[in-house]
Amino acid sequence: MVKKTIHEINSRIRDGSVSVVTAEEMVHIVGELGAEGAAKEVDVVTTGTFGAMCSSGVWLNFGHSEPPIKMQKVFLNDVEAYTGVAAVDAFIGATQISETLGMDYGGAHVIEDLIRGKSVNLHAISHGTDCYPRKVLDTTLTLEDMNQAIMMNPRNAYQKYNAATNSTKSTIHTYMGSLLPSFGNVTYSGAGVLSPLSNDPDYMTIGTGTRIFLGGTQGYITGQGTQHSSGGGFGTMMVQGDLKNMSPDYVRAANFAGYGTSLYLGMGVPIPILNEQIAQATAVTDADITTNILDYGVPSRDRPAVRQVTYAELRSGSVEIDGRDVPTSSMSSFKKSRMIASELKEWIARGDFFVSMPAERLPKDVSARPMKQTEGIALVSDIMAVSVVTIGMGASIYDAAKTIMDTDFNHLPVVDENECLVGIITAWDISKAVSQNKFDLVEDIMTRKVITSSADERVAVVARRMDQDSVSAMPVINKGRRVIGMITSDDISKLYARRS
Amino acid sequence: MKIKINISSDILTKPIMAEAILETGVLLNISQAHFDRSHGEVVADVEKDKFELMCKALMDRGAKVTKLDTPIRWDENECVECSACISVCPTKVFALADDFSLEVDETKCIQCATCVDMCPHNALSLENNK
Repeated sequence: MVKKTIHEINSRIRDGSVSVVTAEEMVHIVGELGAEGAAKEVDVVTTGTFGAMCSSGVWLNFGHSEPPIKMQKVFLNDVEAYTGVAAVDAFIGATQISETLGMDYGGAHVIEDLIRGKSVNLHAISHGTDCYPRKVLDTTLTLEDMNQAIMMNPRNAYQKYNAATNSTKSTIHTYMGSLLPSFGNVTYSGAGVLSPLSNDPDYMTIGTGTRIFLGGTQGYITGQGTQHSSGGGFGTMMVQGDLKNMSPDYVRAANFAGYGTSLYLGMGVPIPILNEQIAQATAVTDADITTNILDYGVPSRDRPAVRQVTYAELRSGSVEIDGRDVPTSSMSSFKKSRMIASELKEWIARGDFFVSMPAERLPKDVSARPMKQTEGIALVSDIMAVSVVTIGMGASIYDAAKTIMDTDFNHLPVVDENECLVGIITAWDISKAVSQNKFDLVEDIMTRKVITSSADERVAVVARRMDQDSVSAMPVINKGRRVIGMITSDDISKLYARRS
Repeated sequence: MKIKINISSDILTKPIMAEAILETGVLLNISQAHFDRSHGEVVADVEKDKFELMCKALMDRGAKVTKLDTPIRWDENECVECSACISVCPTKVFALADDFSLEVDETKCIQCATCVDMCPHNALSLENNK
């Protein structure tokens, strides 16, 4: 039985005799010496991860202006920061996007620019009070000019994460990157063998107060991360660190096309090897960590799992789906994760970094709940019009025009002799044909590629499709392509008007 | 090697590439093609030692030919070597070395720009193809 204390390990760090290895090296040491031997041999195991961590941001204190202002709204380089606290404090979040540049520039970019020593424009407005009379403020600040710049991230360093793929027929753009149609690729995130929480999944050494590597400097775990779900192996942590000491090597702004901005952040947790159980836990490999490949093509909270997979399979470059080799991409950087584990190892070996015991360990066996929704989830069948007028493909344009005038429907689904949907025709299509002096049949001028929906789809999903495909109405069809209803943007507007 | 063939609107409807291939017997492997009312633009592969021959045949027919020396530009300072680009590239331009460094073989690039969209750090861009 090996039993060490944090105090003993820290005295070895102080006198330079500490034995510290990375979590990758530890796999081999436990393999050779066994857990007990490794626990005797090794004092600290370092981990590292470098990937997109959307739930990141920085608390800034700007100091008081003359005359002073109680900031009600504040913008840094046109990116809004949250300031619903005291007069000159604000939280700049990584995914908030620029009012003018949109998804090309966001809070993450402001954070990186500050670390790189660039100055940012501050614009603040206020209603003005007796104690804070100023109403508008514009100035330019660098990181040095701030009193404090404390990175404080509600949820970082997921223990592991779902891998992503896409079953639909078109490319989708997600925070897991571009997902090609028909299971064209798989993306994943996480450092596997080096993942901090995967190397101590029972949180024997990790919790509130644990000193860590954060963005190139020392930081701390302040507690469990939001959505911490240790029961399913999806633990997270809340962390903080001084932005003024961080390095752009480990804090990098990112854009995901079609999703927005995020922050790539480097983090490493040292695991003091107090006994053989902890030594055994740090011997975890990529092959030991399993996750699910989820179908991000399904626009639901409950995305179906396509299959289970290990990090070793994901890192091999391809995984099999339905008998086909599908290429994989890591969205996080394993090379940078290694650099972090090595740098933390060096700090400890040099006596610059001491390990700590948490004031309280991260909670085990808890799970995050889905949102409680008090409003029912509206389905297409709830709001679609069921009395639909269709027109045959062989009808004349005159017939179509007359039907539109008689029935007040702007969109006529066009059906074949079996009543199956083959096209759609609108009042505008008819005007266009008439203006070109074309008086053909409906099938000559109809739109053949019809954007449709089904009755059991959720309205929010259908509304986005209408927006993306720039249509204002969609036939609702059943499995046999028979038109059973019609849903229009008006129906959707009314649904939301009724609710507010 | 990769070349870009620009075709002006007045010769857009003429089969100049087919003619050039037949005349020279040199094979062109077309990887990208874009045509609109104002112009046409084709990216293609041609064997290095046959380039001059093909280039002349195309130019004789009024096309403009440019060598694509750097079909994809990789900004190593912006790149964090995550490997997001690997799984979307149709021609395996990108790979990870044993030490997980990104390797870029730009000669394989067909300028489809899928990786440009994918890269979270704007580290990839297309050259000569504006």
